[in-house]
Amino acid sequence: MNKTYNQKAWFFVIPVFILVAFNAVVPLMTVVNYAFQETFANNVFTWEGTRWFKQILRSDRFHAALGRQFMFTGVILLIQIPLGIAIALSMPKKGIGISVCLVLMSMPLLIPWNVVGAMWNIFALPEIGFLGHTLNDLGFDYNFTQQTGDAWFTTILMDVWHWTSLVVLLSYAGLRSIQPAYYQAAEIDGASRWAVFRHIELPKMKKVLTIAILLRFMDSFMIYTEPFVLTGGGPGNATAFLSIDLVKMALGQFDLGPAAAMSLIYFFIVLLVCWIFYNLMMRNEAQT
Amino acid sequence: MSKITLNNLSHSYLDKQNSDSDWALRDINLDWQDGGAYALLGPSGCGKTTLLNIISGLLTPTKGKVLFNDKDVTSETPVERNIAQIFQFPVIYDTMTVYENLAFPLKNRGMSNEEIDSKVKEIAEMLELTKTLNNRASGLTADGKQKISLGRGLARSNVNVIMFDEPLTVIDPHLKWILRSKLKELHQKINRTMIYVTHDQTEALTFAEQVVVMHEGKIVQSGTPVELFEKPKHTFVGHFIGSPGMNILPCQIDNGEALIDGIRIQTGTQINNKINFSKTEIGIRPEFVSFTEEGIPVKIIKVSNTGRHKIIDTECKSGKIKILSDSTKEIPSGSTFLSFNKKYTFAYGDNWIIE
Repeated sequence: MNKTYNQKAWFFVIPVFILVAFNAVVPLMTVVNYAFQETFANNVFTWEGTRWFKQILRSDRFHAALGRQFMFTGVILLIQIPLGIAIALSMPKKGIGISVCLVLMSMPLLIPWNVVGAMWNIFALPEIGFLGHTLNDLGFDYNFTQQTGDAWFTTILMDVWHWTSLVVLLSYAGLRSIQPAYYQAAEIDGASRWAVFRHIELPKMKKVLTIAILLRFMDSFMIYTEPFVLTGGGPGNATAFLSIDLVKMALGQFDLGPAAAMSLIYFFIVLLVCWIFYNLMMRNEAQT
Repeated sequence: MSKITLNNLSHSYLDKQNSDSDWALRDINLDWQDGGAYALLGPSGCGKTTLLNIISGLLTPTKGKVLFNDKDVTSETPVERNIAQIFQFPVIYDTMTVYENLAFPLKNRGMSNEEIDSKVKEIAEMLELTKTLNNRASGLTADGKQKISLGRGLARSNVNVIMFDEPLTVIDPHLKWILRSKLKELHQKINRTMIYVTHDQTEALTFAEQVVVMHEGKIVQSGTPVELFEKPKHTFVGHFIGSPGMNILPCQIDNGEALIDGIRIQTGTQINNKINFSKTEIGIRPEFVSFTEEGIPVKIIKVSNTGRHKIIDTECKSGKIKILSDSTKEIPSGSTFLSFNKKYTFAYGDNWIIE
């Protein structure tokens, strides 16, 4: 067979290439540029090699922020994934109820991050906020602006409120795609409700759950706006997650070198975790 | 093991029924003997799967009763009815091995491990799954998966009835043959009531002793394959069973006799003159039409050779008539005459046989 070679098609890629160059590659290279050099005024750069990377990797501040970040992401995943599946399972399967539930579920997803932060800030204020006031009335000593535990509780609650819907919607889509014959067969086989979940629903939801976990991991690992508006990273550094700490370093202290190095390390952690997770899921897929 | 009786069964998927077409099933009455092999035959959407799901207990009928051995089971669940059902698409539990899949219905019923083990091995042997028993079920091909579905249905030996809902749809043609004869063989071996739903007449006629033909939610005829072929009670049966289907021609009824193009046609049944029908027709299978010197004048339009047979398309004033003839026989050309075998010629009034 004669294959015709025509390299002209590459020209069609040029617009995309330019676009990607400007919105991804160029900014990233700027960060790389800062990460390996020291800069003073007047755009004077001196080569620093891996000094900033070593500094960040050895700094207690970075370790603490990273620890808080993993803690936060872990907790919200542990809450949102099971909760999302549970809600999806209990949603109606026919009738007008479906649309009502779907609209209600999508609402939090449509609210901008900073608005969510502001809403929860006001909602949770110990004196006047509905949540804060109620908790204090009930006898809890609640003040998210001053107590670490309360700050964490509020931030996690906010994230659960904002993002569990995403898991619900994905799980619901997965559940709906299961053919009725599976449930009928299970009924005839005398399967318990738990067995139906364990052997039919969960395996059939595996793909959408993989996506849900990946999305929630990435989003929560890079979370910035909501905690920034809610707690500002405080009290102290209690809720200063990686991105908040990064911005403090870059814009607050103007330590551009270390901040750039931290950005790259941050980026590689996200990439690495996603890659490992995805490969684990896909390896199971290949086995089955 | 049980006898199944359906009593005035009607079902609708709607909350309110305004017209006949709102009913998926209408006035179904059936008596099925214990240990028989039955087929429900009909085109897609005729209500056969609905009927099957009502018998298995997955659906509760809007009206009427289901009886197993004269005991009313209408409100019982599939588990309480103790039935097995195999679906059109293979249903397997992805997380389990083939062995676990086959053992699942037995385990759910609290059987001991030794009992399960011997039963699973027996079923696997029968369906030639022994080699793959420890493999993951999700890795199998479509027909392998359907064998597991079959196996789960057959694993319990004490079921009242085993139901098949077009189980061979996803199977390759040559495997279809093997599995179908396997089912037949199985029926003789375990002697359990089996109901087989299909839209494929060959499957129905080869599997079942008794075939129930359904059309638009109603049973139009129930009988042995021979009865359905030789004496269709409804024009739909004549049309649906047989290849090519029955010739149906409009006719006049005059004084107890049928006329096509003014020519008197003798029929196998006595025509009752007293009822007035809005539509009267003559039905004759292509197998029972032959060429003669005198009779109904026709023109020959087309002759197609299918190998063993010739199908001849002819046309008379009232419509088209197909003839099935031996491929070795000489076919006249141009204009000729046809005669119908009296025994297999029937008159239909409003689609139902007149007798």
